Amino acid sequence: MINHPPSGTLSLEALRTGDRAEFARMVETYYQPIYRLALRMLSNPQDAEDILQETFLKAYRGLGGFDGRSSLSTWLYRIAINEALMFLRRKHPELVSVDDPVNDGEGEQQPREIVDWCCLPEEEFMSSEAQAQLDRAADSLPASLRVVFVLRDLEGLSTRETAEVLNLSEMAVKTRLSRARLRLRDELSGYFSERLQEGKQP
Amino acid sequence: MIDHETCRKMLSSLSEYVDGTLEEALCTEIERHMADCENCRIVVDTLKKTITLYRNSAGRGSVPENLRQRLYHRLDLDEFLDL
Repeated sequence: MINHPPSGTLSLEALRTGDRAEFARMVETYYQPIYRLALRMLSNPQDAEDILQETFLKAYRGLGGFDGRSSLSTWLYRIAINEALMFLRRKHPELVSVDDPVNDGEGEQQPREIVDWCCLPEEEFMSSEAQAQLDRAADSLPASLRVVFVLRDLEGLSTRETAEVLNLSEMAVKTRLSRARLRLRDELSGYFSERLQEGKQP
Repeated sequence: MIDHETCRKMLSSLSEYVDGTLEEALCTEIERHMADCENCRIVVDTLKKTITLYRNSAGRGSVPENLRQRLYHRLDLDEFLDL
């Protein structure tokens, strides 16, 4: 499931001095998680591929100044996220940025759907329709919540790593993750409670 | 739910509760409350299930065919494609 590619064998020294073979090994190690991350953020394969290419072009130009204070993967995620957010802002200038406060004074959105759908048969959760519903629900999150959810729950970064990638406090990461998850729960509850009703009908 | 004041207060702690990172005193409070509050128990169970479904789907989907080739070409790394 969750995937932290091993970066231990890459030589930072070689990368910093522009060693092409070492750069190719870095690309090989990280292109799949970076692509997945971009796809989760943009929901469009062509856009995700553009971001993937741009991320590694930027990384190649920036490696000389990479100080190694964060891990290589954190640094690459940060470049990719920034590229994806810039893309989203160009395409949808009305969208909030990741830096915007998320209505911190308002507290959590109250759950609307209170139906216990956990008991549905497992094949209901595995259907392509259910998987498409998961994607739609994640896509409906505002970028500032989605990015935290993707890094924490889909890419498996820790709270601290996510905070580092996004330049947020750990508290802000926890708050945003909580809101993202509660919204997703609500969205999925709408769908799965309908499945539950249909299953009960004779 | 959820006009009950305790339910409202608990909501912001549930994400950390299901991660197992919430401090013990608050966990105890939540568990005590859930014993009497069917709605909150359902929210916790479906929240856990939501997270599990997404985590299980995380590795789903392969990268497009030839994406690697196009990337290597764009980065002028064609000579390393077969390594």
